[in-house]
Amino acid sequence: MTNPIQIRPGDGGIEEPLMPEAPAGGAGAGGMAPLLEAEAGGGGGGGTGPDRPGRNISRGRLVWMRFRRKKLALIGVILLVAIAVLAWAGPYLTHWKVDTLDPDLSQANKGPTSHHWFGSDQIGHDLFIQTISGLQKSLTVGLVAALLSTFIAAVVGSLAGYFGKLTNTVLIWIVDMMLVVPSFLILAIISPKLRGKSFLLFAVLLAAFSWMITARVVRGLTLSLREREFVSAARFMGVHPITIIRRHILPNMASFLIVDVTLNVGGAILAETSLSYFGFGVQAPDVTLGTLIADGTSNPGTSQAYLWAFPGAFLILIVLGVNFIGDGLRDALDATSGMQA
Amino acid sequence: MLKYIARRFVNYLVLVFVATSLAYVLASMTLSPISRYLATGRRVDLNSVHANLRSYNMDPGTPIWTRYWRWLNGIFVHGNFGKVFPGNEQVTTEMARRIGVSLRLLLVGTLLAVVFGVLLGVYSALRQYKVSDHVLTFVSFILLSTPVFLLATLIKFGAIKLNGAVGSVWFPTSDEYDPGQAGDILARMQHLILPTAVLVLGPAGAAFFSRYQRSAMLDVLGSDFLRTAQAKGLTKRKAFYKHGLRTALIPMATFFAFTFGLLITGATFTEIIFNWHGMGQWSVETIQAADINGIAAVTGFVAVMILISSLLSDIFYAILDPRVRIN
Repeated sequence: MTNPIQIRPGDGGIEEPLMPEAPAGGAGAGGMAPLLEAEAGGGGGGGTGPDRPGRNISRGRLVWMRFRRKKLALIGVILLVAIAVLAWAGPYLTHWKVDTLDPDLSQANKGPTSHHWFGSDQIGHDLFIQTISGLQKSLTVGLVAALLSTFIAAVVGSLAGYFGKLTNTVLIWIVDMMLVVPSFLILAIISPKLRGKSFLLFAVLLAAFSWMITARVVRGLTLSLREREFVSAARFMGVHPITIIRRHILPNMASFLIVDVTLNVGGAILAETSLSYFGFGVQAPDVTLGTLIADGTSNPGTSQAYLWAFPGAFLILIVLGVNFIGDGLRDALDATSGMQA
Repeated sequence: MLKYIARRFVNYLVLVFVATSLAYVLASMTLSPISRYLATGRRVDLNSVHANLRSYNMDPGTPIWTRYWRWLNGIFVHGNFGKVFPGNEQVTTEMARRIGVSLRLLLVGTLLAVVFGVLLGVYSALRQYKVSDHVLTFVSFILLSTPVFLLATLIKFGAIKLNGAVGSVWFPTSDEYDPGQAGDILARMQHLILPTAVLVLGPAGAAFFSRYQRSAMLDVLGSDFLRTAQAKGLTKRKAFYKHGLRTALIPMATFFAFTFGLLITGATFTEIIFNWHGMGQWSVETIQAADINGIAAVTGFVAVMILISSLLSDIFYAILDPRVRIN
């Protein structure tokens, strides 16, 4: 398909992959790419299992200490925090409103000035406040879609993996179906009908078409966790299957799920902006980074760079930040990534 | 092996059929080609509009399942996917032409992306944590975070400015060839430059491949068999090229198959922004024109491409990696 669904090549696609199942939480576990290797070399294998607290040091602290060592990941955090602060504090920094026009027409259609920080469009909208508003919407859509999609994937994948048999057959069939369904077409048909409704509905729509590959990985991880002693023990003690999944299966793949959410935020924002570029995404009157860039570039021969450069730059910075963090998290959460404490 | 492939193949065919049917029914239920006639603002006789639409098998007066049955009948009995709406062209003719256009772009683009990606990845891995590795990592991160439509727009704006500064068109920014000069091979090559650059630089291009190649390479460099090969007396260089690089290239074959399959419509943005009349552009145009026959054809084509690449990637893997066994 096109952009909304990231097909991750490592996962073999529709049928059962021939390649060996990806290692839990580790580099190839379906994430975007093993972009950076553990920077802290040596140290031997990380002895403590991912679920057991360390002896002298809590797991959270260990992860944080590993994460802190990654300069790029820290840059990513700072970038995203700064952008988020700007997105929600921005409206208080300027007296312009999203819907007001500059009454002084000599100020319209101009590049950045002290009056309009990011310039103004032809009819006199202030582009700074437009960009801020777009930032808010894009960040929200990305976060909601990512959380939702990983949640669906975790539920479907773990149910299919844990119960097997008919449940597995039916769920995997649904996953395969969703993968071949023309999601781009469906999004393109439904999105314009969401005009006037909450833009969050679009985030839900996006999530509905982006959980499948993760669900397959979760299923694979569940299959191997199901055979572990602590799960058998719980089962023999008569613990309810749903409780086992909730308390024992899912927490043990938390690292994978966390990395997945993180990278999905970037993926969802890219999907949203790409679809909005065609007019198939978030609908007017709501603006997002995608619609702003689309408006700014609609006239390639004549339009000025300031019309799309600011939303474009923010878009790249957000996705960059997300990728840095996802990458750092993957190494920090990976029990085999070396550094002990 | 053959039985395995045959089983998956049948499974795939069912999926392709379901996906295409779904697209057809969905598009028929939600899109209204008739509004195109009414939107002209001129007086139109409704009877003639319906008669007109009937020749496309898109008349809303006909029950949807009858239309669906006729469409299926057309495909399986006559090998006919219907007509492109609006116009008098056959879907199959239009599709054949557009696949040709897309293939020309993608073949060059993907091959260049893989070659550059692999080379840069190997180089990066061999110089791990040196300055050049850090620079390459940073640049590829930025490229991976830049959406295709933004990159294509940037390149197009740059080219327009450059052409303006030079005073002649060095880098054509629109169409596959100069208007009316379809035979001019040199001009065609010139038109290929910018879209190919987008594919190579884009998030599914060289940056993507180089990251995977780098990590695969690092895994191999630390492996026991490479050390053993050197202990046997192979030179470092020979061990590296004969044993290391070959192993590290295995996953690349998979990625190549997949990227290619997905790109054939994934080059949508590139094709639209540079006005190439390929499959990617068509996938959006059919939706905008409410061309139900076209939509179904594009969907079927995409499904077939995804399934072929999925199959190919598995076969590549089984052939290249002796550890993979099928049971």
